[in-house]
Amino acid sequence: MWEHFAHQADIGIRGIGATLEEAFAEAAYALMAVMCNPQKVRPLEPVSVSVQMDDRELLLAEWLNQILYEADTRKMFFSRFEVTISGDMLSGVLWGERMDPVRHKAAVEAKAATYQMLKVAFEDGRWIAQCVVDV
Amino acid sequence: MDRKLVKRRDEYRWLIERTGKMRVDGLIFASEPLIAEMDDMVARQVANVACLPGIVGYSYAMPDAHWGYGFCIGGVAAFDPDKGGVISAGGVGFDIACGVRTMHTGLKEKDFLPHRECIADALFRHIPAGVGSTGKIALSIPKLDEVLTGGAVWAVQQGFGTADDLRFIESGGRIPGADPSKVSDQAKKRQREEMGTLGSGNHYLEIQKVEEIYDPQAAAAFGLEEGDIKISIHCGSRGLGHQIGTDYLKKMASAAREAGIELAERELACAPLKSEVGRSYLGAMRSGINCALANRQILMHLVREVFEKEMPGSQIRLLYDVSHNTCQEEEHEIDGRLCRLFVHRKGATRAWGAGHLSLPAEYRSVGQPVLIGGTMGTASYILVGTKEAESLSLSSSCHGAGRQMSRTAATKRWHGKEIIRNLQGRGILIRSASMRGLAEEAPGAYKDVSEVVEVSDKAGLARKVAKLVPLVCIKG
Repeated sequence: MWEHFAHQADIGIRGIGATLEEAFAEAAYALMAVMCNPQKVRPLEPVSVSVQMDDRELLLAEWLNQILYEADTRKMFFSRFEVTISGDMLSGVLWGERMDPVRHKAAVEAKAATYQMLKVAFEDGRWIAQCVVDV
Repeated sequence: MDRKLVKRRDEYRWLIERTGKMRVDGLIFASEPLIAEMDDMVARQVANVACLPGIVGYSYAMPDAHWGYGFCIGGVAAFDPDKGGVISAGGVGFDIACGVRTMHTGLKEKDFLPHRECIADALFRHIPAGVGSTGKIALSIPKLDEVLTGGAVWAVQQGFGTADDLRFIESGGRIPGADPSKVSDQAKKRQREEMGTLGSGNHYLEIQKVEEIYDPQAAAAFGLEEGDIKISIHCGSRGLGHQIGTDYLKKMASAAREAGIELAERELACAPLKSEVGRSYLGAMRSGINCALANRQILMHLVREVFEKEMPGSQIRLLYDVSHNTCQEEEHEIDGRLCRLFVHRKGATRAWGAGHLSLPAEYRSVGQPVLIGGTMGTASYILVGTKEAESLSLSSSCHGAGRQMSRTAATKRWHGKEIIRNLQGRGILIRSASMRGLAEEAPGAYKDVSEVVEVSDKAGLARKVAKLVPLVCIKG
């Protein structure tokens, strides 16, 4: 499950899941949903990424920023995310296709995942992974 | 804003008195209606910045201030390197040197209106805009390093514009001290295909009509007459700047911890100016500024190409180009002493008063043009810097309307097609690749730019010169 939350200048993204990995994957989907309609993006091509941070919240920001880097340099949108977290290491596979602004209903570029309202926590029996994205 | 957070100093100044770990007072420039609308988070963020080491004067917020990340948008803060002062990537923002460039066309409204549709379509075809757009120039990394040190000067050397353009750009179109070796390969790879692109979100290219002149002397110096057609571009350093911000936010989080700097929130991450990370960021950020200056220079060239083809005889000349997301090394008088400071302006415009030696000769007797972008449905303004702003705000002014509604709320309230239709009814043509992007940027999602400008004028931050209204808007 994912959602966007209001921030005056920018936009907040939140991934919610039964596991930490699921929350990170949902947060990634929420990030893509800032930029386009991921339901229209076919998961045709895989891109492997790995990031490392000794702080779980910074790991989330690093993961999201790595997705923005891959999207920007490959000109791809993604719609499926596989996440494995082991210690301070995250390995992921992003599935997507080349950007088609019309078909994917492109909205706005996300410049970066910020540390504003950055939070990774287990609350009420579920994992939450969130931050504000600069657009 | 909760009035208990601020103390009214005079009609347009609100003080946040120093408490706790604050090293200086906070100072917000706003009218009664603007302070009422401002989020409490602005006061909190101004106070947080006031806690950073080496801050001098005040922690300022301009009249268009709104809740940002770390620093508020509209925040200004100066740091003295000799007093342990810091530099913060979050205090500049992810879109390094985002700014406004305004151009003359040599056309009057009556000449332009018959060509409006075809110019709007030609600009939309010719100017890469929107998510994922790429420019017509692909650069190798060594070539990109030349852009990062050369800025708009590099662009002119490549044939994108004339030497005369450079006189009307801050720092002559190239800021010294850029160090591309401090910019990551990731940042450079993001920029390889993005030179000469507009971007998305609140970035735009507008054709505007000068509707009203307030200061005839400054207007004459700037070349503004009622009925003139002008063109404004709002954009920044694209993927390169975003990645520099991302890279150094991370590095500064560690640097701040190592330097023992206590941060009220992570996004305030910073490094002492006299540290390796601080110096590296300066070199990288200045590379980002040059990238933005080159980008806007190339976009101006593309505009020239369109007008030369569609309206031969038009003359696209630069009025001014000023950035509003920077940290600049400047001299300011603090407590009667001339100090060398590093002034962060995040969503705030530098505004030199008359006589400043960096201004082109044509403007020196009146002051610097201060270019304030509005929304696609309201107005933009050109102001002029004042000498009194030197002591009021370290020569800083507002930068735009400032958002008052979140993007999520805006998309629930408006639809892109409806915005296009409404604006067309008012004589404003919109061309955009994204209907949702348009809804997020609905004019109603922003503060009243006229009130922001009025307060800047009345408070003495910059004086109103002219009001420009949009006729065509290309949105990313």
